[in-house]
Amino acid sequence: MIARFLGFIGAFVLDTIARIGFVTRSFFKLLGRAPGALKRPTLISEQIHFIGNYSLLIIVVSGLFVGMVLGLQGYYTLSQFGADEKLGQLVALSLLRELGPVVTALLFAGRAGTSLTAEIGLMKAGEQLSAMEMMAVNPVQRVLAPRFWGGIIAMPVLATIFSAIGVIGGYLVGVQLIGVDEGAFWSQMQGNIDVRRDILNGVLKSFVFGIAVTFTALFQGYEAQPTPEGVSRATTRTVVIASLMVLGLDFIMTALMFNK
Amino acid sequence: MSNLVEIRDLHFSYGDRPILSNLSMDFPRGKLIAVMGGSGSGKTTVLRLIGGQIRPQRGTVSVNGEIVHRLDTENLYRLRRKMGMLFQFGALFTDLTVFENVAFPLREHTDIPEELLRDLVLMRLNAVGLRNAAQLKPNEISGGMARRVALARAIALDPELIMYDEPFAGLDPISMGVTANLIRNLNDTLGSTSILVSHDVNETFSIADYVYFLSGGKIVAQGTPAEMRASDDPYVKQFVNAEPDGPVPFHYPGKSLAEDLGLGGKQ
Repeated sequence: MIARFLGFIGAFVLDTIARIGFVTRSFFKLLGRAPGALKRPTLISEQIHFIGNYSLLIIVVSGLFVGMVLGLQGYYTLSQFGADEKLGQLVALSLLRELGPVVTALLFAGRAGTSLTAEIGLMKAGEQLSAMEMMAVNPVQRVLAPRFWGGIIAMPVLATIFSAIGVIGGYLVGVQLIGVDEGAFWSQMQGNIDVRRDILNGVLKSFVFGIAVTFTALFQGYEAQPTPEGVSRATTRTVVIASLMVLGLDFIMTALMFNK
Repeated sequence: MSNLVEIRDLHFSYGDRPILSNLSMDFPRGKLIAVMGGSGSGKTTVLRLIGGQIRPQRGTVSVNGEIVHRLDTENLYRLRRKMGMLFQFGALFTDLTVFENVAFPLREHTDIPEELLRDLVLMRLNAVGLRNAAQLKPNEISGGMARRVALARAIALDPELIMYDEPFAGLDPISMGVTANLIRNLNDTLGSTSILVSHDVNETFSIADYVYFLSGGKIVAQGTPAEMRASDDPYVKQFVNAEPDGPVPFHYPGKSLAEDLGLGGKQ
């Protein structure tokens, strides 16, 4: 009984280590092929359009509502301390440091990540990737690498748009609806936001999330079982794994970036 | 060297499940060789081993004198440029038009000017009778047409070796006849070597120069189509005459029906 239990634990640990090793090797394989894809910028721009442009609507609408909610909640809390003129700073800091990169990455995983996984998985199921290999075309370089670049370029841009629209949402609710002083709203924001510490760190976060989410989506699609059920499971795994990775990485990066 | 492809003492298994064992085959240059056998007999696996998509546990597969599974990625891709493969359902890129599908290998491997590329693609499409379907998407053409587009794509780079994986599967009799003629004509006009994996007896026998019969991962018979038709081998007879029972049993091996139903006493 104990031997069986230990055997089970041992097999689980070995399997997990092997899996981590395989994922890491695949990641470096993709990184190794990624520079080659830069020779064909049209393939990358197509993917930026596909991944980024098609995610724009959900990012803009979500950013607006998140900013509006921040404006409301921020005002309720700050007004208790007579600090409602700090609303602009609160909205901008929340968006630039956390909500912009994180919520964008979560939405990106749901919108573009699932789409990438399903596309690659169906290409595999339809033997398109095998056909490419037999035509002496490396699918990692031709299919995965341009999408990888598309994802890591699109994510910081989308996160920036999310934050900008969120600030407008906060302004609409805080200034236009509730009546917070407009000058105070913008001047507090301008005076207390640091470009390197707040804006660049936020962009860096979204860049890292872009790598994590896009790689997860591509890997899941590439390694999916080539059946309808396999592609469906891979798509689900993309959302679950990518979302958890984003939240975990966010904690680590927040601890490293804002540890004063 | 008279053989373009040589397989020697080949063993391949998926995990513990053996697929091919002790297999030796020759594919002479310029010939159209068929590999036949029932589903699961290992026919497609042979093609994947020749293409270097999987590696054998033992034995060798050599193409043009090069042992495929000993090549590094760069050399394997170099070798594959001399190969064309037609997949069972075409494997066309669904986001590209018929024209772009055929142009794909040319764009990837050559720097030829756009006008010349256009002419080459249209000539390939003309060879398979689909020049006027160039601007259609794969979802706008029939299965038979998709197979012909895939064939045009497979020959885009004038390969020395063309491999066909079940090219007749799911086709109507007219498309089947058209595809069979195309395979034979392309083999002869391009001077290439063709390996045709199929279980369609009549069409395959009408165009093949030589036939290998596989069963259980082994060669059970081989010869010209005429020799195979006249063969007394029980497997070949069952296969050629489409008999439901014979060396290949109708029932999947396992417990008897009586045992499953709890009849006839316990064993």
